[in-house]
Amino acid sequence: MAKITLDNLAHSYLPNPGSEADFALKELNHDWDDGAAYALLGASGCGKSTLLNIISGLLQPSQGRVLFDGQDVTNAPTAERNIAQVFQFPVVYDTMTVRDNLAFPLRNRGRDEKYVAERVQEIARMIGMEEMLNRKARGLTADAKQKISLGRGMVRKDVNALLFDEPLTVIDPHMKWELRTQLKKLHHDFGHTMIYVTHDQTEALTFADKVVVMYDGRVVQIGTPEELFERPEHTFVGYFIGSPGMNVIPARIEGNRAYIDGSHVELSQGFGALEGKVEIGVRPEFVKLSQSEGLPVRVRRVEDVGRHKIIRAEFFGNDINIIADEDEEVSADMNRVTFDRDHVNVYANDWRVQGEAA
Amino acid sequence: MTLELKGVSKQVEGQTHIHPTDLTLEQGTMNVLLGPTTAGKTSLMRLMAGLDAPATGQILWQGQDVTGQRVQDRKVAMVYQQFINYPSMSVYDNIASPIRLMGVDKAEIDRRVRETAELMQLTPMLERKPLELSGGQQQRCALARALVKNAGLVLLDEPLANLDYKLREELRVEIPKIFEASGAIFVYATTEPEEALLLGGKTATLWEGRVTQFGPTPEVYRQPVDATTARVFSDPPMNFLQISKTGGRILFGEGQSAEATGKLAELPDGRYMAGFRPNHLEIGKHAGDAMAFQATLHVTELTGSETFVHLDHDGERWVGLVHGVHDLQPGEELTVWLEPRHVYIFSEEGRLVAPAAYALAA
Repeated sequence: MAKITLDNLAHSYLPNPGSEADFALKELNHDWDDGAAYALLGASGCGKSTLLNIISGLLQPSQGRVLFDGQDVTNAPTAERNIAQVFQFPVVYDTMTVRDNLAFPLRNRGRDEKYVAERVQEIARMIGMEEMLNRKARGLTADAKQKISLGRGMVRKDVNALLFDEPLTVIDPHMKWELRTQLKKLHHDFGHTMIYVTHDQTEALTFADKVVVMYDGRVVQIGTPEELFERPEHTFVGYFIGSPGMNVIPARIEGNRAYIDGSHVELSQGFGALEGKVEIGVRPEFVKLSQSEGLPVRVRRVEDVGRHKIIRAEFFGNDINIIADEDEEVSADMNRVTFDRDHVNVYANDWRVQGEAA
Repeated sequence: MTLELKGVSKQVEGQTHIHPTDLTLEQGTMNVLLGPTTAGKTSLMRLMAGLDAPATGQILWQGQDVTGQRVQDRKVAMVYQQFINYPSMSVYDNIASPIRLMGVDKAEIDRRVRETAELMQLTPMLERKPLELSGGQQQRCALARALVKNAGLVLLDEPLANLDYKLREELRVEIPKIFEASGAIFVYATTEPEEALLLGGKTATLWEGRVTQFGPTPEVYRQPVDATTARVFSDPPMNFLQISKTGGRILFGEGQSAEATGKLAELPDGRYMAGFRPNHLEIGKHAGDAMAFQATLHVTELTGSETFVHLDHDGERWVGLVHGVHDLQPGEELTVWLEPRHVYIFSEEGRLVAPAAYALAA
């Protein structure tokens, strides 16, 4: 296992990049702690695969260095980096048995057969394929093949890092649960440094100790799932995490009040003068419909999504989403709305502003 | 306008892909086919479209037998997981192509292309090529090509599966609106329970080539007819445990029991299976009549606002989805709580014998 350091790293696919806009990956300094599980989360084209390819050595960065435990590997080929990778689609040798597929990375490194047999047995138990070890991989379902890919990624204990690129895309929802929990358990038991790339917030949040959220080639926040939920540092994080995402409403801030069209909501902190585009952000979970309290709102529709309700409404000309419990009554005379003041964040030009205790 | 399936089945090389199925889809309804991969969703859609001929049974369109009629001769549109557009044509020409093939006159083509583009919010992009659009716009273009035909039956086979999570979320809100404006019969296949709930309308749950239940989506979710339907329509999966009824009480083991009220009172004594959804399991806080169970923590997953707890209860795997962030260690012994009103009772064969009390109220 290793600590991975990104030092002044940036990448452009253009030969002579000029402005910042030319960079698919904007300048980045970061340490990936030894033994931690990270997720790289963002939409298509945000730069997350570029970053992963630089770490794995498939891509040479235009600037900066990659260090494994302090050692510069920027120009080292993938094979010399001692990493394991699992991709979106299963990579298995169809003509080999499940056992030989799992053993492959160990035999490749010349480990003795006794060790190989033990280790393969151990991994097979973890991925629930002990019964299938002697079967050929050909003819197995996509789920089973992807499990083999995951198992093979995990079979070596001495890798510097394990990199996953959207590994559960081809897997059915029910099976996703199982594989994700197994990955989590493996991480707990072995403490590999893991980097997991995905566009799926549930996968990212549930897998990682820390989630790295990328937007337009930039890392906009690195935080625990709780931090990303409670205090999104950028409106994009608020939008991208949560279903539906955070409500963002233009406002004017004066001290510890946010004014929306002449009406106001109380904030738990005080703010000085703010420049540029000023908005408040509040997650649907922290907005409550009411009959008598709060500011006026017009309910457009109520969606019953099982374990809760999503209320789509209009608030001073803005769309607003509200989440109510499965048991909560929503009646026609509920035309007011209150915000949980401890969970209202303030943004200037999309970046969160820290207030002062009121 | 209705589409009726009467005893329709499908066999491939001696294997049954669709067991004899009866299903009636009404005009202007959104119908979700929900089930895991290989449950038969695509097979059923291909039968509805006329792409495949059924082994047995009849397919009626507006009361007319259309079994065996070629797909070209029927007003059917289909959208696949892989969005299909012509890369060298503009968005306008892509949308126009299906009706050009039908020989519609020029002025009418123009009117319909613009109307559909407006509905799909593609008007500003009509002159662009598909590859200059975002993934969501490309899929909207593919949807527009299906809708422009004014087909009475629109079949969508996991149309959002290849899109980013957030895009999917946005299109899930848009698709019901588009559907309402079109007035056609929509059939939408998905593997995700959450998607079915967001789309609303009616849902048919599929399992191993059989429709296990068909009805209004929230009703199928809250009142599944059997354990299979409940399992298909629950993500994370529903939890189960063995129980028994003796006299006026339901025994849950570990000394936990609940009064057999309502429908439960009429059940004969014997063994049953209890099922409950992950979000109804509580740790820490609990209601007065909640039952306590001991479980060993396997692993936790945090979402930022909630915690998934994967548990081992007496050899059964349970999943709980609880509010808040809980920092728990694997191997820890936990007390978890469950309210009797959240419990579904199934017979040992898996047939629902009493729905959860909360579901009847909702």
